[in-house]
Amino acid sequence: MPENYDAIVVGSGISGGWAAKELCEKGLKVLLLERGGPYDHIKDYKTAGKKPWEFEHRGETTSEQEEVRPVIHRSWGAQEQVIDAWTNEKDCPYIEDKPFNWWRSYRMGGRSILWGRQSYRWSDLDFAANGKEGVGVDWPIRYKDLAEWYDYVETFAGISGSVEGIKHLPDGKFLPPMALNCVEQDVAARLKKQYNGARHLIIGRVANLTAPIAGRTQCQFRSRCWEGCPFGGYFSSQSSTLPAAVATGNLTIRPWSIVRQVLYNKDTKKATGVEIIDAEDSKTYSFNSRIVFVCASAINSAWILMQSATDIWPGGLGSSSDQLGHNIMDHHYRLGASGKVEGYLDKYVFGRRANGFYIPRFANIGKDKRDFLRGYGYQGSASRQGWQRDVAELNIGAALKDELTEPGQWTMGMTGFGEVLPDHRNRMYLHATEKDKWGLPVPVMDAVLRDNENKMRISMANDAAEMLESVGLKEVHSWNNFHPMGDGIHEMGTARMGRDAKTSVLNGHNQVWDCKNVFVTDGASMASSACQNPSLTYMALTARAADFAFEELKKGNL
Amino acid sequence: MDRRSALQRVALLMGGTVVGAELFLSGGCKTAPKGVADLFSEDSISLFSEIAETILPATATPGAKAAGVGEFIPVMVRDCYSPEEQKAVLDGLLDMDKRCNETYKKGFMDMTAEQRTEFLTVLDKEQREYQKTVVEPKLKEIRDAKMSGSAAGQPNKDNNAAATATTAEPADPVPHYFRMIKQHTMLGFFTSKVGATEVLRYVEVPGKYEGCIDYKKGDRAWAT
Repeated sequence: MPENYDAIVVGSGISGGWAAKELCEKGLKVLLLERGGPYDHIKDYKTAGKKPWEFEHRGETTSEQEEVRPVIHRSWGAQEQVIDAWTNEKDCPYIEDKPFNWWRSYRMGGRSILWGRQSYRWSDLDFAANGKEGVGVDWPIRYKDLAEWYDYVETFAGISGSVEGIKHLPDGKFLPPMALNCVEQDVAARLKKQYNGARHLIIGRVANLTAPIAGRTQCQFRSRCWEGCPFGGYFSSQSSTLPAAVATGNLTIRPWSIVRQVLYNKDTKKATGVEIIDAEDSKTYSFNSRIVFVCASAINSAWILMQSATDIWPGGLGSSSDQLGHNIMDHHYRLGASGKVEGYLDKYVFGRRANGFYIPRFANIGKDKRDFLRGYGYQGSASRQGWQRDVAELNIGAALKDELTEPGQWTMGMTGFGEVLPDHRNRMYLHATEKDKWGLPVPVMDAVLRDNENKMRISMANDAAEMLESVGLKEVHSWNNFHPMGDGIHEMGTARMGRDAKTSVLNGHNQVWDCKNVFVTDGASMASSACQNPSLTYMALTARAADFAFEELKKGNL
Repeated sequence: MDRRSALQRVALLMGGTVVGAELFLSGGCKTAPKGVADLFSEDSISLFSEIAETILPATATPGAKAAGVGEFIPVMVRDCYSPEEQKAVLDGLLDMDKRCNETYKKGFMDMTAEQRTEFLTVLDKEQREYQKTVVEPKLKEIRDAKMSGSAAGQPNKDNNAAATATTAEPADPVPHYFRMIKQHTMLGFFTSKVGATEVLRYVEVPGKYEGCIDYKKGDRAWAT
């Protein structure tokens, strides 16, 4: 294969897919590197057409699978349908100075196949918070810098949602919203009244098509998204960005390519390309390019930079500010509340909605002042209980079976998603001696929730229970369990953007301060975490950075 | 989460000595399951089928036996249970046999449908009590320890890259054996083709979502 390209994109997940599409569509010859194997749209969605009874263990995983993927088995991702999607943790170890649940999927498309698809814009409440409060560093951008890019990526990806006019959760270019069910509709109305319009319960904004767009069929409400959708009903690299990139004729894809380092020329002070290890034959190869987009996910993007240009900077490319690998954030959850809903026994639903409701942030907005910084949102749903329910008054036999043959009563539950502050002490680094099977240094995780998050969590659980009680639910109970960092699957912040090269790794265009032709546009680049699901913002940042990089190339600045 | 070792599983399969096996034999059962592999014998599958059928019997719609739950449970025990859980099930079958013989003077397979229901109702009450008094407090203890203890921020002392999951999580307590059997009877039944399509309703490709449709008592629940 050729060795020279205009651009190299590292990683094929949500950010890498966008980078490849944008750069290809501008006419650049692009090499897309993915450390995992091929995973073709539709053809490789092996389980997506299986009936529930065709799964040997009916969704459960085996002891052997647990041995290979113990971290995934700590949380809810260990399900028979998708177990092979998760990275083999024996081959790809990491070390936990502090507990860190790292959800990885090393194959084409990365976690874009598995993601939760919730898609929310940020606002200046989020972009301005660090600067106002003196936390971390001020974002070098504001909402106005990203608004048109949100429009752009939403239109292409296909985001369904309702227009609500909530200032701190800006409306977007939405496909028609999915429906709230009867209980959720009534609860939304009661909540609005109860809190004088300061709290909203809205349908989730989700990257599932509620109307067809070019080349893709609309969502069929099977709710099996993460097995891969044979209809292309939701946004993934496979369904969306990669076909667009391939259609230009400018894309070369190389799977099994573990990027070991960005190659750096100290005379020109620019990157010349990347060096990879082929995951299959373990040989080293080099590829050259004019620009490099690092979109390997927050931990791995930082890992690659740490491995690069170490003859100039011992901590790696972008380490001069002492921020590389630091400020790991996530969204903290594993808490919430649920309860029983009286009535509505003459109502039911049809179809499996791969979505729920969203209660946007209300804490520390307007008069709602708290003893912690920032805030949280909730995701949840109301539904009638299924056969899994425990029927306390029935033990076994025909009566139990008859009871379970019908839907049970309505219940409603929700989970909070809280903002994590950037903190220099929360970091990942390369282990000095431990190597993986390719001889590559193993990353070490050293990050925890701290005072602000722990204070916030108490309010998150209490507010959830209080809201459910206030709208009339019965037997409400809340929970607040230990949240290991990473378990929110929103790890970010390891190469933050900023206004000053002394305190950040990237500038306002996701350019590495120390090496202008290297861009990092995935979660690594985040200066704060907000509490909204971050992927839509990664898409917008990536498209914006790709546009900037192309213009700079044209001007001869890179 | 319990970390299961393949070696341990093999050891259990090979060794298979279960205290009390002789009781099972003296109780009139032809072949006592000594290890997990024995759970696939015709006798064991029949036994699981009858237990499952007693939990979810044929009524106007087919029961657990017709849904193949007797075949399903051994697969789950073999593939998905930890060695401790496997032992609990094997010991549990012996316990069942012993108690059936004490109370009814015969094995489960020879008991009448009424006797089976009566007996498993007692077991179900027992497992609920066990869950409430033993398992749940233990689970809470584990959760609380995670919140306040090492998991909340202190470094792992025995950090070692050789193991991927360097944070050993404490093993969850093993549930009562009848709880496991009942749960996997329900799973095996309602997710089977018979259960999903003849007992519940299954629509493979709904094509739309309607959040507020009329329901009348007696309409079946959706399988998924």
